[in-house]
Amino acid sequence: MLTIALIFVPLIAAVIVLGLPQLLARFFAFFAALVELLISLVVIFHFNKLQGVQFVFDTPWIQSMGINFSVGMDGISLLLVLLTTVLTPGILVTALRDSTKPSSYFSLILLMQSAMIGVFVAQDGFLFYLFWEIALIPIYFICLMWGGENRGRITLKFFIYTLTGSLLMLVAIVYLYYHTPAPHSFALQSLYEAGRSLSLPQQTMVFVGMFLAFAIKMPVFPVHTWQPDTYTTAPLQGTMLLSAIMLKMGIYGVIRWLIPMVPLAVKEWGMTAIIFSVIGIIYASAIALVQKDFKRLIAYSSIAHVGLISAGTLTLTSVGVQGAMIQMISHGVIVFGLFYIVEIISERTKTRELPKLGGIRNVAPLMASCFLVIMLGSVALPLTSGFVGEFLLINSLVQYKLWIGATAGLTIILGAVYMFKTFQKSMSGETNSTTAQVTDLSYHERLVLFPVVFLIVLIGIYPKPLLDISATAVNDLLSVFSHVSASAN
Amino acid sequence: MNALYIICGTGVFALLAEVFSWKKWINYVSLSGLILATILTILDWRSVSYRFHGMVYYDHVALAFTALILLASIFWFWMSRDYFKGDEHTTDKSALVFFAIAGAMMMISFNNMAMLFLGIEVLSISLYVLAGSDKTNLFSTEASFKYFLMGSFSTGFLLFGIALVYGATGSFSITTISESTSPLISSAITGTQSIPRFYFIGMLLMLVGVAFKISAAPFHLWTPDVYEGSPTPITTFMSTVVKIAAFSVLIKIFSVCFARYAHSLQLLEQGLMVVTFIVANIAAVRQKNLKRMLAFSSVSQVGYLLLAFSSDSQHSSGVLFYYLIAYSVASLLAFAVINLIEIQKGSASIDNLKGLFKNNPLMAVAMTIAMFSLAGIPPLAGFFGKYLVFTLSLSHGFVALTVLAVIASLIGVYYYFAPVVVMSRPSDETLSISKSDRYLLIILIAINLLVGLFPDLVRVI
Repeated sequence: MLTIALIFVPLIAAVIVLGLPQLLARFFAFFAALVELLISLVVIFHFNKLQGVQFVFDTPWIQSMGINFSVGMDGISLLLVLLTTVLTPGILVTALRDSTKPSSYFSLILLMQSAMIGVFVAQDGFLFYLFWEIALIPIYFICLMWGGENRGRITLKFFIYTLTGSLLMLVAIVYLYYHTPAPHSFALQSLYEAGRSLSLPQQTMVFVGMFLAFAIKMPVFPVHTWQPDTYTTAPLQGTMLLSAIMLKMGIYGVIRWLIPMVPLAVKEWGMTAIIFSVIGIIYASAIALVQKDFKRLIAYSSIAHVGLISAGTLTLTSVGVQGAMIQMISHGVIVFGLFYIVEIISERTKTRELPKLGGIRNVAPLMASCFLVIMLGSVALPLTSGFVGEFLLINSLVQYKLWIGATAGLTIILGAVYMFKTFQKSMSGETNSTTAQVTDLSYHERLVLFPVVFLIVLIGIYPKPLLDISATAVNDLLSVFSHVSASAN
Repeated sequence: MNALYIICGTGVFALLAEVFSWKKWINYVSLSGLILATILTILDWRSVSYRFHGMVYYDHVALAFTALILLASIFWFWMSRDYFKGDEHTTDKSALVFFAIAGAMMMISFNNMAMLFLGIEVLSISLYVLAGSDKTNLFSTEASFKYFLMGSFSTGFLLFGIALVYGATGSFSITTISESTSPLISSAITGTQSIPRFYFIGMLLMLVGVAFKISAAPFHLWTPDVYEGSPTPITTFMSTVVKIAAFSVLIKIFSVCFARYAHSLQLLEQGLMVVTFIVANIAAVRQKNLKRMLAFSSVSQVGYLLLAFSSDSQHSSGVLFYYLIAYSVASLLAFAVINLIEIQKGSASIDNLKGLFKNNPLMAVAMTIAMFSLAGIPPLAGFFGKYLVFTLSLSHGFVALTVLAVIASLIGVYYYFAPVVVMSRPSDETLSISKSDRYLLIILIAINLLVGLFPDLVRVI
């Protein structure tokens, strides 16, 4: 029942918010997100770390097509649900004082939250696809209605890109569905069994269809070309939703729907996918190095980070997958903070051009300190959340193939170069005419950024509780995997 | 069955209304006639009957399609109230619409080629006149004339085909024709083992005739001009009621009457489908007029229907039925919005949608849901329609054709989203909407979501 509540509380709230006047709507939306956070905390309290899927709710939905409304959470799902429920109130707070956003904006954010939680808890292939697609609709409108220049063209590109991927995924899921024993079923376990019984060429087809969908969402090189434009054009909350939560749908898809489904193909083609991910890391970092637009720079750095997560996941070791889990949480929190700081700066100086900025530290020391901590998290300094994840991921890659691990490790060095350069250009140096008027963080901005800083340090110092939550689920996933590939050999 | 009497009776009443000055009653009588006919059709559910000495045959497929047509007509009447206002020719228009509906009902339930021809002619002749009913508008006249020329041309094909088939089998009856083509009986009738070759030519000509009516490419050329020129309510009628009727003709002729040759017809149908996908989707991308865009869109939707039908002509009627429901609801929704815009702004140009999200959110949301449903975005009805079509053709092994259809639907996203993008652009012009239209849009949106979220509700055949 708790899972159902997690999906439907934001959904119902989204409908109510539509009918409320503007001011009331935003506070009600925030209140609903807090209720949602509370529910997720109750879930954690009742969660048994040693068990697999819990809080299951399963009822027939479209019987003629073998579709069940089947949801439940294991540790992997729970961590991502937690990420969603923690970040959504934060995203809503950043929009609370923006008078240009009507009730429908908040309604769309809540709708988005509902769909993303649906993606993370779905235990039925069709339901997963449905939530996956529904999540696309609110973000499309958020970017289309409130985005920046050229938003019509850019959002359409984004939509068609992701829709192509999801259609391929749908074809793959339907293909598996027809390989389940009659009467066919979309249930996760049946699909697992159907997928594992396929031959390698068949598994490869499914792998290509699904991995493309997930790769587009993350995005992994070379299907990343929608991402920088979309992140830059989207309004702040849209960018946050996309980068902090939505891209995790792609990685989650790989972990839950790809690796256990077609283990042979993953083993066969994992190397290729890892190499693409690593190329993406280097490529995106290189572009970030010469990027002048602050927001775009963060967008490219996000591609680099995600490339590392995707590569680590595909090593199929528990270190790699656990690293991916913790890094997803960490990346979500960090990128949320980074985009917020970009927004605060560009709102006050009316520019995002790095060369025009400088010396903000002198006029806004608090903002500079917050930025410093978040940035250190982003470059994976020890004792920040970024370190735990990147360490585990690179560790897994080194064990996989030394040269791949070494190349992927460049992300830390390159990341440090472009992030420190950004810090220098914006925060230190002489205060110029553009930045002279910058005021320090308001009370309301502190309310968002202080928890972010706190979380980054907390997870960095004591990541164990988070790692514990997903440990059993990750081991289950991989033990099944090794068992299957052993018997298949 | 009795529904046909009610519809014809209402048509006759409308004709007489002019003479006896019952004009003020006409709309009430029309609406109650439609509702009564719908109820009667639904009450007949699960009954199977031959009527008029086997001229018509009602089974669950025919009843379901009849009910769909009548329900679509009710919403159509609701949407096009303005079309029947004013003093000129109100009664004539009502009468013609009712005769067109009666024709459509005959096209669904015919069991005899003569009845089919009668139904098609009753429907078409009424529509030729209705397409030109906006007499002061040159485009309307042009549309009427084009529709008449093309329509009578295609009827010629159909009639010639019927004649050839009659020559080969000696019967107009669907039952007899389908039986006489099985080898044993055919030898008994014609005295030879083989069926005369002109039987197949007849079949081919009938396919061409029907392809005209469902506007499958390359026989679609009348569609854009007629859709654009006709008054919007009539365009809506063509793209919903007429399309449903024409498709049920296709189902009846090629899955019942010529069932034995379904296999050889398959390739032809697939050829039509491929051409339809390519032509319609490429043409739709560049359209600036919403009615014209929707005309090409309706051609491209025929592609999906043909994909399902050609994959398995015997067992696809359930999928086609669901798809036509989804398509009709979305079309009604889109045309209802376009109609309101055209009345207030004078044209259905896509630029007239500017600023709709801000100025009239309900209309914008309705238009968005219609476009998303036509594009096949979940969880709307159009998505499940496409999903059923794709799974049907995949399960029969037509992977390449399904991939083509998937590509077509991605191109579809491009042109279906164009209106949505335009609606998000700023503009200060305002649009008003009456209370009744507001309810209509809300109900149609609700139906679309309901049919999309719970497809089992309407999957009765």
